[in-house]
Amino acid sequence: MTYQEAKDIFYNGLWKQNTGLVQLLGLCPILAVSSSVVNAVSLGLATTLVMTIASATVSPIRSAVPNEARIPVFVLIIAVLVTVIQYAMNAYVHALYLVLGIFIPLITTNCIVLARIEAFASKQPPWQSAVDGLAMGLGLTAVLAVLGGMREVFGHGTLLSGIDMVFGVGAKAWVVTVVPDYHGFLLAILPPGAFIALGLLIAGKNYMTMRAAANEKKRVIPIASAA
Amino acid sequence: MRRTIAKAALHTALNVLFFTIIGTTLLGVTYLNTKAPIERSEQEAKLKLISQLVPHQDFDNDILADILKLTPDPLLGTSAPSTAYRARKNGQPVAVVLEAIAPDGYSGRISLIIAIKVDGTLGGVRVVEHKETPGLGDYVDIAKSNWVTGFNGKALQPGKDDDWHVRKDGGQFDYMAGATITPRAVIKATHKVLQYYALHQDTLLATATTSPKQEVKK
Repeated sequence: MTYQEAKDIFYNGLWKQNTGLVQLLGLCPILAVSSSVVNAVSLGLATTLVMTIASATVSPIRSAVPNEARIPVFVLIIAVLVTVIQYAMNAYVHALYLVLGIFIPLITTNCIVLARIEAFASKQPPWQSAVDGLAMGLGLTAVLAVLGGMREVFGHGTLLSGIDMVFGVGAKAWVVTVVPDYHGFLLAILPPGAFIALGLLIAGKNYMTMRAAANEKKRVIPIASAA
Repeated sequence: MRRTIAKAALHTALNVLFFTIIGTTLLGVTYLNTKAPIERSEQEAKLKLISQLVPHQDFDNDILADILKLTPDPLLGTSAPSTAYRARKNGQPVAVVLEAIAPDGYSGRISLIIAIKVDGTLGGVRVVEHKETPGLGDYVDIAKSNWVTGFNGKALQPGKDDDWHVRKDGGQFDYMAGATITPRAVIKATHKVLQYYALHQDTLLATATTSPKQEVKK
């Protein structure tokens, strides 16, 4: 895999084909857990792990799976991976499991995992597939983090609440109270708030893409007229 | 023609079967290998929880050994035998810790442990396992908020059963707007456990020497 290839894959995953803003896949967990930054980033990273391993597992066996049977086999592989990770976390990193455990089974239902396997890993070599899973997962994590931040500030008036469950009691001091004495804004915490915030993010992304395209045009025209 | 279709189908079926066997084997191996550590960490978590409900200085017996097996009871919400842990000091009963299940959470069953002091007041309630919506209904978990400490010191009072509701329903307990189903389930289950305690107090507090487990040992 060349440097340029990896760069393209990352650019696709983080921006151009971002799962949360462009592909709009896996919205169910996005809407469910993005009510706070810590929840959102935790699930994002767990999903990234599963996507990377799942893509890297499917790619080497892609020629062994008959075309008609690929969906059930891929779903089976994802489900097995998620369950193995869940067991292993419960057994060996119990503290982290207490934080993330409830989200882990949700990853199986996240169609972005299957979508990337179907669209990328089942057609590309293992390294590229693993990088694609990683990049797509990180893109999703970034969107989740921003969404979680928006909803937490508007819904609770805080940022990073619950961080002490990941880094221990000492981390409680990291919680930022953005609006002191805030009474909460329920809409932001409930799923409709997630839809509205996600809509704003998508609008922002589209606006930036459009402006970039318009700038491109402006730059091209003078050269054309000069010629 | 028909034979090639059958052949292709058989090939596909065998392929899926192959991956299913690998997947199942992997799951089985992981399950067996992680079973013991998972049970150990769950036991540790339980002990930690119990010592939050009944302070260490209040009892001097081995609380995880001084147990009583309880048959399933609708007041406990249990469908399988559960365990009662008894705390004693100088042989005198101090508190009993009961396992209970609130069957009507927003996303299924909520497992609780509930400590009741000898005088019938609540030592505390903890949620051990739940599937409530993260960030919404999960504030009944002590890791997320202090809501559950609102039960501390509460007791059954004759004729005041209506207090055992969230404020919205005319009771005495707080709740978070938008997530009332979860606290309702926890309050209802706790209320029922107190009723269970009132009915079975003598059996629950019976001294260790008369408990069936000790008799077997003799």
